[in-house]
Amino acid sequence: MRIFVCVKAVPDTAARIKVDKDGSHIDPSGVKFVLGPYDARAVAKAISLKEAAGDGAEVIAVSAGGTKGERDAKKRLKDALALGADRGILIPDDGCENRDPLEVAKALAAAIKAEGEFSLVLLGRTAVDDQAMSVGPMLGALLGAPCVTDAVGLEIAGGKATVTRAAEGRQQTVELTLPAVVSGQRDLAEEKYPKLKEILKAGKKPIADFAYAWTDGGYTVTALEPPPEPVAGKIVGEGPDAVPELFNLLQNEAKKLSF
Amino acid sequence: MASKILVITEVRDGKAKKGALECLAEASRQKAALGGGDVTALVIGGPSAAGAAAELGAQGADRVLNATADWLEHYNGDAYARIAVAAIKQESPEVVLVAATLDGKDLAPRIAAHLDVGYAPDVTGMTVDGGKLLLTRPLYAGKAYAKVSLSKSPQLASARPNTFALLEGGGAAGAASDFPVDFTAADVGATVTGEAAASAGKADLTEASIIVSGGRGMKGPENFAMLEEFADLIGATVGASRAVVDAGWRPHADQVGQTGKTVSPNLYFAVGISGAIQHLAGMSTSKCIVAINKDADAPIFKVADYGIVGDLFEVMPKMIEHAKSLKG
Ligand SMILES: Cc1cc2nc3c(=O)[nH]c(=O)nc-3n(C[C@H](O)[C@H](O)[C@H](O)COP(=O)(O)OP(=O)(O)OC[C@H]3O[C@@H](n4cnc5c(N)ncnc54)[C@H](O)[C@@H]3O)c2cc1C
Ligand SMILES: Nc1ncnc2c1ncn2[C@@H]1O[C@H](COP(=O)(O)O)[C@@H](O)[C@H]1O
Repeated sequence: MRIFVCVKAVPDTAARIKVDKDGSHIDPSGVKFVLGPYDARAVAKAISLKEAAGDGAEVIAVSAGGTKGERDAKKRLKDALALGADRGILIPDDGCENRDPLEVAKALAAAIKAEGEFSLVLLGRTAVDDQAMSVGPMLGALLGAPCVTDAVGLEIAGGKATVTRAAEGRQQTVELTLPAVVSGQRDLAEEKYPKLKEILKAGKKPIADFAYAWTDGGYTVTALEPPPEPVAGKIVGEGPDAVPELFNLLQNEAKKLSF
Repeated sequence: MASKILVITEVRDGKAKKGALECLAEASRQKAALGGGDVTALVIGGPSAAGAAAELGAQGADRVLNATADWLEHYNGDAYARIAVAAIKQESPEVVLVAATLDGKDLAPRIAAHLDVGYAPDVTGMTVDGGKLLLTRPLYAGKAYAKVSLSKSPQLASARPNTFALLEGGGAAGAASDFPVDFTAADVGATVTGEAAASAGKADLTEASIIVSGGRGMKGPENFAMLEEFADLIGATVGASRAVVDAGWRPHADQVGQTGKTVSPNLYFAVGISGAIQHLAGMSTSKCIVAINKDADAPIFKVADYGIVGDLFEVMPKMIEHAKSLKG
């Protein structure tokens, strides 16, 4: 069994994001990059599937991204290797910021196809920077493999994957023929914290480059703007005595509540 | 040539999703700017989905295409995408819109890949200039906003529910016709073998027009009964912070925030929620935010339109009592 896991270097969710003076990129100073939080769960799931499958199973982490500084995707591949992946593939892209997600999916599909057979591709449900929720389903379409998003459960048996999908207001059970593409929710696997020994071992695992000829695609970010300044509202009052006035404001000033 | 707009309209249990109706309404408002072509609603689903046609017409659909089959009752991304792509090839619209529900965000990227076009996900604003869309979308959990243009045709976007207003007047029912589904379940590599409702009768979190969310300040799962009661009185859906979900008090499906659901209701109550950046990421586009927190310095008050500083265990019972008295 060969499992690919797609991982992306993203700004830490607690990072302060400022738009650069050029008005189309973020100011990188002081922004710490980490392995995507959902991607980390996808890696953990891949490792547990590999362990269950036994001999011959392999987990390959793939990342398209920068080669320098905080955006260096190789560092995030090392995170995935420390979590237990066997080897990594880096698709260098120093223009990765604001990249069309379809271009990313095409690059990943090319790298995966170049490796030959696969059983499963795992991804996170979304990269917390561009929040496209797109690369997984795009990859499924490009690889011609069935795909399910928002997986909270995944089992492999008898040449099939059975996925529990946390859909809106309901849970679906979906059976997929293999090979398949699955993007995972947080609940897909427990978070794993690598031990020092594993981090050191990861340094010796191979990371190969895969070159992709990037083009602009059909999606263009023409400008980046700071969010609208939050307008601090009013404190209506203290304690339960303020409740009637709150209702009054919601009904008559904001007009958001009616009975 | 008049350019057409296709709206892929999500229907569940025979009723169109609110987000889908909002997309239709916006399409009908923008159609003149886009060249005056028809607005077509594409419905994919089980046989009962065809029943939504009148509702769709009232929100601006000139035509309704029903692609229905028994086995399409439950959303299946692989199958629905195949149908949507076939319909787009037949209709050649200039713009394709879909509501950014979880199913919509699953479906649209597949279409983009099959047609090799750009796709703008989860937009919170749209203008038309010279026949081209200019879309606004939050990035980095709302810490920045991008303006996005799409250079290929059709221009494909999903719109965050509660972004566009519904039409007030309501038009005539669109002419409905069947769109043939020329393949079967056996031709698709994904099979939906089960579906269980998680929150029967309640609006989905991402579409709810009012949300009442509880945080760690709720102290325990049993106290959410209080939020449920208040929510029922005002027609709201209950959400939660991650602290609450991590503690196992509420299911992950209820989590609002950067690693939960992105919501944009008309009214959002944050009860006993501090307002951590990752929580704000999921709800800061709400139209009106109310915070109830005993700590006057809690960051949630910086984004709240209205706040009450106080003990929620005193404030919420009063909220329930007051809502009851207003309901009469
Ligand atoms: C990678 C990552 C992703 C994350 N994603 C999310 C996410 O998607 N969603 C999310 O919510 N969080 C997320 N978080 C967690 C986030 O940082 C906060 O820890 C979390 O939002 C805190 O939840 P809370 O406000 O309920 O709890 P707390 O921060 O503990 O706040 C509780 C609040 O309740 C108030 N309170 C207590 N008792 C009372 C009372 N009796 N009456 C009134 N008020 C009272 C307190 O004053 C306090 O402000 C994420 C964190 C990380 C690192
Ligand atoms: N540049 C990238 N390299 C590798 N994987 C990626 C990349 N971008 C996105 N992904 C994967 O696709 C998922 C969804 O990303 P997105 O569609 O951008 O929200 C992420 O959680 C990753 O697993």
